[in-house]
Amino acid sequence: MRTRILVAALAVALLLAGCSSGGTRDDGRITLRFQSLAWQQESVEATRELVEEWNAAHPDVRVEYVQGSWDSVHDQLLTSFEGGEAPDVIHDASDDLADFAYGGHLADLTDLLSERLKSDIPPRSWQTVTFGDGIHGVPFLQEPRVLIADATRLKESGVRVPTPERPWSWAEFREVTKRLSGDGRYGVAWPLKEPVSATLNLSLSAGGRLFHRGADGKVTVRFEEGDEVVPRTVHEQVNTDRSASPTTLGSGGSDTLPGFFAGRYAMVPLGFSYRQQIVQQAPEGFDWQVLPAPAGAGGLTQGVSPQTLSIAEDCPHKEEAAAFLDFLLQPENMVRLALGDWMLPTGRTALADPALRTAEHGWATGTALAAHLRPAPAQTVRGYPEWKDKVATPALQEYYSGAIGLDALRERLEEDGNLVLARYQR
Amino acid sequence: MRTSKGARAGQYAALLAYLVFLAFPFLWLVSTAFKPPRELAGLRPTWIPEDPTLANFRQAFDEQPLLQAALNSLLAALCAALVAVVVATPAAYAMARHRTALARAASGWVVVSQAFPFVLLIIPLFLVLKNLRLIDSVPGLVMVYVVWALPFALWMLTGYVRAVPAELEEAAAVDGAGRLRILVSVTAPLLAPGIVATALFAFITAWNEFFFALVLLKTPEKQTLPVVLTHFIGAEGVADLGPLAAAAFLATLPSLAVFAIIQRRITGGMLAGAVKS
Repeated sequence: MRTRILVAALAVALLLAGCSSGGTRDDGRITLRFQSLAWQQESVEATRELVEEWNAAHPDVRVEYVQGSWDSVHDQLLTSFEGGEAPDVIHDASDDLADFAYGGHLADLTDLLSERLKSDIPPRSWQTVTFGDGIHGVPFLQEPRVLIADATRLKESGVRVPTPERPWSWAEFREVTKRLSGDGRYGVAWPLKEPVSATLNLSLSAGGRLFHRGADGKVTVRFEEGDEVVPRTVHEQVNTDRSASPTTLGSGGSDTLPGFFAGRYAMVPLGFSYRQQIVQQAPEGFDWQVLPAPAGAGGLTQGVSPQTLSIAEDCPHKEEAAAFLDFLLQPENMVRLALGDWMLPTGRTALADPALRTAEHGWATGTALAAHLRPAPAQTVRGYPEWKDKVATPALQEYYSGAIGLDALRERLEEDGNLVLARYQR
Repeated sequence: MRTSKGARAGQYAALLAYLVFLAFPFLWLVSTAFKPPRELAGLRPTWIPEDPTLANFRQAFDEQPLLQAALNSLLAALCAALVAVVVATPAAYAMARHRTALARAASGWVVVSQAFPFVLLIIPLFLVLKNLRLIDSVPGLVMVYVVWALPFALWMLTGYVRAVPAELEEAAAVDGAGRLRILVSVTAPLLAPGIVATALFAFITAWNEFFFALVLLKTPEKQTLPVVLTHFIGAEGVADLGPLAAAAFLATLPSLAVFAIIQRRITGGMLAGAVKS
């Protein structure tokens, strides 16, 4: 019996010994850990290839590719920063950077980035990663929200097909969706599981700003005429015109695709990168096209939160990390990353690449919208996540479903919202 | 007291409904894993894939290091289960047989400790492990899993120990057996189902755990299966559904296998007739 106990104890010891950590070789080479959030097959391949190319050309500065996940990146980075174990090069989105940047966890890249990269990316994109006086990331990929439309139904209905040069107005869009509705079919399906960012970003086209920064730097919420256009359009389509499906209001973008392919909806407002799923999943012979989102007083302007690459403040080799960023974001490499993720590059040179100007899969429509993309209104508002979760999301959901009216929506966004923001601005 | 036919039929119907409720998500996962993308986007859901494919499995293995991740998960879960049982068994015996104020306080603490949210613990835990140089190591992860599983394991095993009649141990003592002999030859065999059930609980808990693995492991080669599964999910919750379902289906197989192998050991009635009343 004692022998058995000894054998069991030995087995445990051996198992734990098998668990021992490998450790890292100290051969004098610099190793940078790059946490990438690329997740689609093509974008993972493109990113890995670029890392391999870098490693082949720079034997003294090795980049280690670490796969991260959009689903958990915020919590994972937060813990890593607090514990001083963050990756050296960080892939994220600009709307997730504010607290990390203000918390001192992200390096100021102002003096680290090359002039080529600084001048290639337009100032409006740099605004999305500028917190305080510093630049805390490089915006490199972005996607406008577009209308993915059933081309056959559009043609049959005889409506004017919009172009970036001549988009629909919001009023015209509403009329078109009415014409495309009936017999259990809808003109549009709004996937508004996350209603706040979609509403705010599209509202820029109607001149909506919602967040107003005063001379003292403090931000207040004001729901004005321009802010009403998009929410009111959606509300009327769902509750008055019956031209928008009420059932998709709580859905994500992917959830609307089966109904779209089945002809239940003529149009779905989605992010530009959803085209990849459509190409993969659309039934044989399904004819679809990309249309610009409706325009208002602000033209085709839209808010975006680009994907970003940052360097951790704790990274001991910031210059080498910046050199890697510069390599990764060379125009031809930016094109590869954009094609892999079905998104638009922020760099002007990359954006001019013929591969992104083709009419196939609506690339040309997307690139035509690039000049109209602006930082998302909430980009630099401290307290925005809480305002979004506790105030704006429930208020907009109730408004879109018809539970409350426009005045009640205004009251909640402004009064409750300003109370939340005030706590962050004392 | 005989059960009427109607009541028996009701019992079976309830059991069947419960089984359907439990099995539905898993069966749907299996169905999804074999469907091509176009069928996944169909408006009419089908149980049996019309055009079954293994492409999702191929893509899952091509894109992510699933096998390595599964081995990491298996290692961490097995170690956690073994260590948790080895540590919890003597502690549970002491708590069950010696009902002192300290044992009662310990039992209370075990219950209270279950109320702490792990998000609260993660940063201090991270710092402690960092100082011990156990970040990004499977032993560090195993330590966390053991500590996490231990209170519940202790609680479970205490109940099993109490179910073993003390008279059996007293009878063995009268026959001249020493304390260790009694524990090893009399108590341990009767505790076996409880130990197996507890080990299984610790194994499944560690196998499914995501958050600690996400935060504590950095090197891709060391990441566990739940962490790797999230790599199929993109921004705004968009998922590569086919490969994700295929990988998730494969991830459930080891748990099912473990259950299948040892479920016969988790049976009651082993103590029946051990003591004459």
